[in-house]
Amino acid sequence: MENKIEIKDIKLSFGTKEVLKGVTMQIPKNSVVALIGPSGCGKSTLLRSINRMHDLNPDVKITGDILLDGESILQSKKDPTEIRRKVGMVFQRPNPFPKSIYNNIAYGLKINELDKKVDVKQAVQSALEDCYLWDELGDNLKRSALEMSGGQQQRLCIARAIAINPEVILMDEPCSALDPISTAKIEELILRLKKDYTIIIVTHNMQQAIRTADYTGFMYLGELVEYGTTQQIFENPKEELTKRYVEGNFG
Amino acid sequence: MSVISKNITSFIGLRFLGLCTIVVLAFILLVLIDIIWKGAGTLSWDFIFTVPRKGMTEGGIYPALVGTTMVTVITAIFSIPVGVATAVYLNEYASDNMFTKILRASIRNLAGVPSIIYGLFGVALFVEALRLGNSVVSSGLTLGLMTLPYIITATEEALRSVPHSHREGALALGATKWEAIKTIILPSAIAGITTGAILGVSRAAGETAPILFTGVTFYLRFPPDTLDSEFMALPYHLYILSTQHHAIEQVRPLAYGTALVLILLIVVLNIIAFIIRNKYAKELVK
Repeated sequence: MENKIEIKDIKLSFGTKEVLKGVTMQIPKNSVVALIGPSGCGKSTLLRSINRMHDLNPDVKITGDILLDGESILQSKKDPTEIRRKVGMVFQRPNPFPKSIYNNIAYGLKINELDKKVDVKQAVQSALEDCYLWDELGDNLKRSALEMSGGQQQRLCIARAIAINPEVILMDEPCSALDPISTAKIEELILRLKKDYTIIIVTHNMQQAIRTADYTGFMYLGELVEYGTTQQIFENPKEELTKRYVEGNFG
Repeated sequence: MSVISKNITSFIGLRFLGLCTIVVLAFILLVLIDIIWKGAGTLSWDFIFTVPRKGMTEGGIYPALVGTTMVTVITAIFSIPVGVATAVYLNEYASDNMFTKILRASIRNLAGVPSIIYGLFGVALFVEALRLGNSVVSSGLTLGLMTLPYIITATEEALRSVPHSHREGALALGATKWEAIKTIILPSAIAGITTGAILGVSRAAGETAPILFTGVTFYLRFPPDTLDSEFMALPYHLYILSTQHHAIEQVRPLAYGTALVLILLIVVLNIIAFIIRNKYAKELVK
């Protein structure tokens, strides 16, 4: 299968603290890849290097490379905003802007000057439809996004990300602040979005990885211990460490 | 401690806090009532729109009102953009090192510098070195310098209260840093910035010391018509009427009237701040 993203020997440190110790992995196109592992293993750090969010932190040193469709996104002088347009991100806590529901989604279109190319109204509607929000919200899009429930806010953040038509969506524990019903809706959404996007999801919830991911990578202390199909990782792990983690006997 | 003695302690504590609040409120009310009581009789359109006459024993405060307004406008035009820009730079761009820490501490300390020092500095810099003379513009800029630390600190606080996740959200959608600041962070912080700015500027409007050597004058028959002319100002006029006048008893009502106008002016500024806050708060969700 065609690889959307290739991560090549990524080493990353915050100051003197080494967080990623050489991670290499391939992300196939139109698949869902889950990253699992105990807190502090570096999975979120790895995720955030794929859309260059570490650029903000001057203490971060990073070596190796990440290719998006064969093109380097780390080492090149490429503008990070261009990469982030192609690689969207959904954060751990829903972070809608203090604007209306409509403007939350229109924002990305305006910032990327897509509002001149597409019908913004139409784009907002289809993003909301894709995230099962259109029917729930009806025509009340002038409401503040902050008045929505947590689960709706997170789906709005996903809608906001897909409205600008990215190729990859990164999700950093997108359900950790949500109740089970909202979580189920987001998982359903992930499975549906797979058709059009490549999705990488960091999760603490192993059931979530099993339910949503085609491939799963287990990380521990800054290393990718094992990476394979979700079925293989959970049913037939090759590494002792992976086995203990997925069986819940870690320690 | 037993439950009963805990309850007693909490009862006494609450009463004490309540008492402190009442004392503070009482003093504020006392001052306000005193000024309104003694000043309201003087207040009239004539008082506001005529010039002082007969050695300031009759007539109004028109030149002083216009002078204070002009100086305050200069103060705002200078200090708000410069202060907000400085705060944006310090909070969003400057790296957090020893230098910026010292810079921040210095800015906070500047807020505590006595206003008379700003007055002297204004003489040296604006009146003498920059040859702006004793003028509206010299005084406005001097007051602007005095207001800057307030505006910078208030703006920085407002910017800091914008959640980091909003910045990340904007950047993750492909916004540049400046776009994120312009479209998400500043609009979210605008209520705090506006309040801080107007409070800072309205405090400057009531200051006497910084304008004392930089342009305010004892008596003029006309309001200033250019920015390089000397001017009368409400706080200084009040000072003259209450302490320096040859017939203090006779002009006492005029002094109270002036004080009332000055307070009203500041109340109006604060109401404007309140309206702007609400307007932005509503606009933000549209």
